[in-house]
Amino acid sequence: MAGPGGGGGGGGNDLQWCFSQVKGAVDEDVAEADIISTVEFNYSGDLLATGDKGGRVVIFQREQEVGNEFEFSGTKKLIYFCQSKSRPHHGGGEYNVYSTFQSHEPEFDYLKSLEIEEKINKIRWLPQQNAAHFLLSTNDKTIKLWKISERDKRAEGYNLKEEDGRFRDPVRITTLRVPVLKPMDLMVEASPRRIFANAHTYHINSISVNSDYETYLSSDDLRINLWHLEITDRSFNIVDVKPANMEELTEVITAAECHPHQCNVFAYSSSKGTIRLCDMRAGALCDKHSKFFEEPEDPSSRSFFSEIISSISDVKFSHNGRYMMTRDYLSVKVWDVNMETRPVETYQVHEYLRSKLCSLYENDCIFDKFECCWNGLDSAIMTGSYNNFFRMFDRNTKRDITLEASRESSKPRAILKPRKVCTGGKRKKDEISVDSLDFNKKILHTAWHPKENIIAVAATNHLYIFQDKVN
Amino acid sequence: MSENRELEVQAEETGEEKQDTQEKGAMSPEKAEEIKLKAKYPVLGLRPGGSEFLMKRLQKGKYFDSGDYNMAKAKMKNKQPPSSGADKNLVTGDHIPTPEDLPQRKSSLVASKLAG
Repeated sequence: MAGPGGGGGGGGNDLQWCFSQVKGAVDEDVAEADIISTVEFNYSGDLLATGDKGGRVVIFQREQEVGNEFEFSGTKKLIYFCQSKSRPHHGGGEYNVYSTFQSHEPEFDYLKSLEIEEKINKIRWLPQQNAAHFLLSTNDKTIKLWKISERDKRAEGYNLKEEDGRFRDPVRITTLRVPVLKPMDLMVEASPRRIFANAHTYHINSISVNSDYETYLSSDDLRINLWHLEITDRSFNIVDVKPANMEELTEVITAAECHPHQCNVFAYSSSKGTIRLCDMRAGALCDKHSKFFEEPEDPSSRSFFSEIISSISDVKFSHNGRYMMTRDYLSVKVWDVNMETRPVETYQVHEYLRSKLCSLYENDCIFDKFECCWNGLDSAIMTGSYNNFFRMFDRNTKRDITLEASRESSKPRAILKPRKVCTGGKRKKDEISVDSLDFNKKILHTAWHPKENIIAVAATNHLYIFQDKVN
Repeated sequence: MSENRELEVQAEETGEEKQDTQEKGAMSPEKAEEIKLKAKYPVLGLRPGGSEFLMKRLQKGKYFDSGDYNMAKAKMKNKQPPSSGADKNLVTGDHIPTPEDLPQRKSSLVASKLAG
């Protein structure tokens, strides 16, 4: 099956994934600041942004060139390849650094004795409307709108200044000249255009740009605010789930997203595994939902862990807006926006962890927040797991595959071998037993190119880029 | 007579034990994990009023005051305690300390390694 955006099933005539690039230092020591905390393609897929715990943003741009070269950079140990000229144009092109900047700094709120981490929780791109690129990046408290622009020309021949900036002696100026634009080496500049601060008492978990391209929402544990991109001193509170008495708190907001086409609709998920769809036309405050999605639970199977593992860590609308996908600790669920009673599809990510919940609770892994994403055609979904494994599910063929982001499979054009976790006693060759899984190697953030079969997988402090092998 | 009675009681007990293990076997893995956890931490879940996870979540990053915060930071970075020897020479005595003299929290202005 050729063509972009196809499904991600395993072997045979299906899609096969190949290693393309890996970014990040080779040394074993992982500095806390280098841990990648968010990954996001822009609308065209030509730009890929990452945010890290150190508050830095790195943007990669896809090369347009298609060539025959195969280069190995010895000092940086970065292996990448370009496709041969005979391949179709829409394939190929590696991602190289385009811009990097410090988005957020660590702060300490002296009034509340609260540390404000600089970790970038989310990056969301705005659709491109002119030559510059805009993105929103947020930490726990403050959202910033960044403008990334290119400068490849410089004016030379000013009347009052020398080229190095010194002022010319006015007495010596005898003629008037018009400065001319001369080409210069490309410079990519990032500047903060808006700072949206002081609107969240609790920690921001999501931002989402509205389809009207004028507003966006930001959500924290208890409240959701609606902003206008031009206005920083005001935002509207549209959801408030804070109880009058905090002792009565039973549920928090875990994620929120705007509908991809209907600018009046948004959804938010909760720590109890429910999703609420809200319509902003219904009222200024959307505390009353329009739709309430919850899967009925079998009361006999309830345990101490039930609520914790049902907490939704991510909610994403499909590109066509007809479905929502939610990620809880052990599974990914696809919901039809028109059916509130139960999900239409459920995919088990790592069911073998159900018998390890006690130790996962003790080492806090049970609270890990995994994200999920759709491919461009909404025919496949992807999410991460432990041991640097990530999973893909093809919604049409119902096939799934487990792949690994590791240095071992980082050879150019290397086809990723499917991985398998063995749960029973007898471990086959090439299988890995549940007890051997490395729970420190978690893949929480993944992104799928909006149009092609290119995926970005964040493995702690490394960014892996994989592409499909077009047969 | 009493011997028989004892044997009977014993048989009853082992019978119950057998029933227990049978029940455990049929139990969901989740429930089994819960029992394991409760065995380790019997106090868990007994505290009333709201979920403690939620409270902990909302409280993330809270310190008693700025002194508490700075001590916590110092503990994390043992190499750079708030009152390092070298700085004492500059800051105390005749020299009036300015914000620039005080040891800074390590800034992440070092470029990201992803940027090569």
